[in-house]
Amino acid sequence: MDLKREQLPSDFRIRQLKARDMLRGDLEGEDLERFVEERVVTTTLEKAVAWARGNSFFPLTFGLACCAIEMMSIVASRVDIARFGFEAFRASPRQADLIILSGRVSIKMAPVIRRIYDQMLDPKWAISMGACCSSMGVFNNYSLVPADKFMPVDVHVPGCPPRPEALAHGVLRLRSKVQGNAPAGWRERYEAEGTEELLPEGDLRSPDISVLQPGDTAGA
Amino acid sequence: MPDATGLELYAQELRDRDGESIVDTEFHRNRATLVANPQKIKPVLEALQGKGYTSLASLHGVDYYPHEPRLGVLYELLDMERVDRISVKARVSTEDPRIDSVVELFPGAEFPEREVYDMFGVVFEGHPDLRRILMPEDYEGFPQRRDFPTGGEPVLFTFNEEGSYGRDM
Amino acid sequence: MSSLTEDYRKREESISYSAESAGESETHELMTLNIGPHHPATHGVLRLIATLEGEVVRDVKPLVGYVHTGIEKTAEDKSYWKVIPVVERMDYLAYYFNAMAFCGAVETLLDIEVPPRAQYLRVIHLELNRIMSHLVWLGTSALDLGAISMFWYCFRERETVLDLFEMSSGQRMHTRYIQVGGVFEDIPSGFEHKLRQFIELMPRRADQYADLLEKNQIAVERLRGTGVVDQETMLGLSVTGPLLRATGNPWDLRKAAPYSSYDHFDFKIPVGTVGDNYDRFRVRHAELYESVKIIEQALDGLPEGPFITPDRKVSLPPRHELATSMEALIHHFKLVTEGFRVPPGEAYYPIEGPRGELGCFVRADGSAKPARVHMRDPSFTNLQALAPMVRDGYIADLIATLAMLDPILGGIDR
Repeated sequence: MDLKREQLPSDFRIRQLKARDMLRGDLEGEDLERFVEERVVTTTLEKAVAWARGNSFFPLTFGLACCAIEMMSIVASRVDIARFGFEAFRASPRQADLIILSGRVSIKMAPVIRRIYDQMLDPKWAISMGACCSSMGVFNNYSLVPADKFMPVDVHVPGCPPRPEALAHGVLRLRSKVQGNAPAGWRERYEAEGTEELLPEGDLRSPDISVLQPGDTAGA
Repeated sequence: MPDATGLELYAQELRDRDGESIVDTEFHRNRATLVANPQKIKPVLEALQGKGYTSLASLHGVDYYPHEPRLGVLYELLDMERVDRISVKARVSTEDPRIDSVVELFPGAEFPEREVYDMFGVVFEGHPDLRRILMPEDYEGFPQRRDFPTGGEPVLFTFNEEGSYGRDM
Repeated sequence: MSSLTEDYRKREESISYSAESAGESETHELMTLNIGPHHPATHGVLRLIATLEGEVVRDVKPLVGYVHTGIEKTAEDKSYWKVIPVVERMDYLAYYFNAMAFCGAVETLLDIEVPPRAQYLRVIHLELNRIMSHLVWLGTSALDLGAISMFWYCFRERETVLDLFEMSSGQRMHTRYIQVGGVFEDIPSGFEHKLRQFIELMPRRADQYADLLEKNQIAVERLRGTGVVDQETMLGLSVTGPLLRATGNPWDLRKAAPYSSYDHFDFKIPVGTVGDNYDRFRVRHAELYESVKIIEQALDGLPEGPFITPDRKVSLPPRHELATSMEALIHHFKLVTEGFRVPPGEAYYPIEGPRGELGCFVRADGSAKPARVHMRDPSFTNLQALAPMVRDGYIADLIATLAMLDPILGGIDR
């Protein structure tokens, strides 16, 4: 959030006296204006709304396979996402705004998930939890579909299954993303700005650039 | 498990009842298998059920590619009183993959037979509701056969995610 | 979008309803209700097509396949060692059992002995997994019935069990701890102490769960007398596990056909009388105590020795040997690149999982990859018993029965 706040006077006594005067109604004119200015936070409406949205996800109760058990663990007491306000799992997609795809998406289930995602109202976000829906995971075969193929996903959480702490980290990353300060990731931690991958010009599938063709990693 | 001699006695008894019913016997690592003629599978299983093997522990299919006949249906029978297991194998070819359904003898065979139909294409005649159970209803192909490719999707990276549907939403 | 709905309708129409024509008149009309696959009460992605007459269920048809992963097909492409993580993800609450069934089948084919210490360690982890599976069942079933706080208590215990798993193998779920020939690693030094604390704690906690639910008026009224199926129907449907034991039949593979030193331990088999939902609940709850007993006896009698078979053609040699012995290096290389070869044959290895008989069929053709792996999953066969259980009951009883049936869709769909 953008804050514009004047530096408060560091002397605690001065602040105390000013607050006392304010309560008594003794502050007037310029003093009063300065007092109020020091305590007001100004921001844009979008940012305020984004802050509120990010702090109040309503996840959908959507468990597919093994990752669902770890998703149940984040509601349980050890890793408690009620700390962040996300414990209100809604059963109906009309009332939820965050779908956590926990588990492997089979070819029979993909249209069902798409329909559920369409039923959710905007703004909505999706977390792809686990390796199976993010990439193909342990099973790269005829019956699984990666989630990116049929719906947009905001955060991918790797792991098989990801620890509940990892999923909580993913949800918090989504919160940062929604609130407008998407984290830069590891580059910030290791001070590696400038190493971003720039996609080369031209057709990315031509053999000069990549020898991988669609379908190459099948059966890996 | 009946031992090797016990298995041969069963086979002999069943052959006495009907000469064509048992094609072969196999005994490997303490596992007794009667290879039955797929046309006569119901009388064989009924006879074994009469001998005490009243429970069907498992019904599954195997693809013996490249040995013909390719598709095998295995019945794992269990005798709960004497804690004894015996397997019955029936092999059918892909050209004529039909075999009688044993749902009347063992009601618990309904779902497993549907699975063998779904995965291998073996048609069970007399099954009350033979449709695909694991794959979508209109799927073509029988995935578990050896000549069906494992398939797979390319992992979506930045360079190849342009064509995927979810990208532009 | 309309073609999508058209296809969908066509597919639904292909299902025949057995109760469709019965009793159709102007006053009686049967309603078809589609429950799932996304539904808070269906324990995974189970789709039920219920034919209702008012509130009474006349027929229910389960439709599965929504989490079909092609595990058996994937397993044919991988060497035996690498099949273990793939097969573990089938019944995702009983991962040690999946690995145990597969490894047992391969060990039968290879005809190798598992050392006694490995057998005891396997038993300890299997029983811990059984406790964990029953805890998740109890938590989620109580959640379905409306007793929401049970969920937190059960998952608190589950975290303790998962801490133990993390200590012994490094992973909370899908640990691939059970390997062909034994277990992956010996237990670390703090494991025994922590396990003893857990053994002391668990019966008290199980008493608390019983106190919460078993005499609760609502739980008793919802569970007692609902979903009754007699023993003959269950036996005909090849149902095993707590569902069969609730009807009074003490069939348990740990006692009937002991594997992996289960005959060294003294434990009882809880058996029900009537076969209704309340009996199923009590049977599973009582199994918690018996599993704790088994773990305690196994821990007390844990023998010394190797934790995996010393046959170097099957199991990796210990790391320190690689520096000194040439044969160890060659064995390590062969095992990691190609894997061990299994002589041709077929084996079916059944074990007692938390839901019933979990069996693994392996066909080997002499190469380093299995030619066919089939897991006989208990939930798949147990699901056939759902229709007789809920017939002529209320739809609220359908939810309770489904909770007591304990289906795990990963196992059903494989």
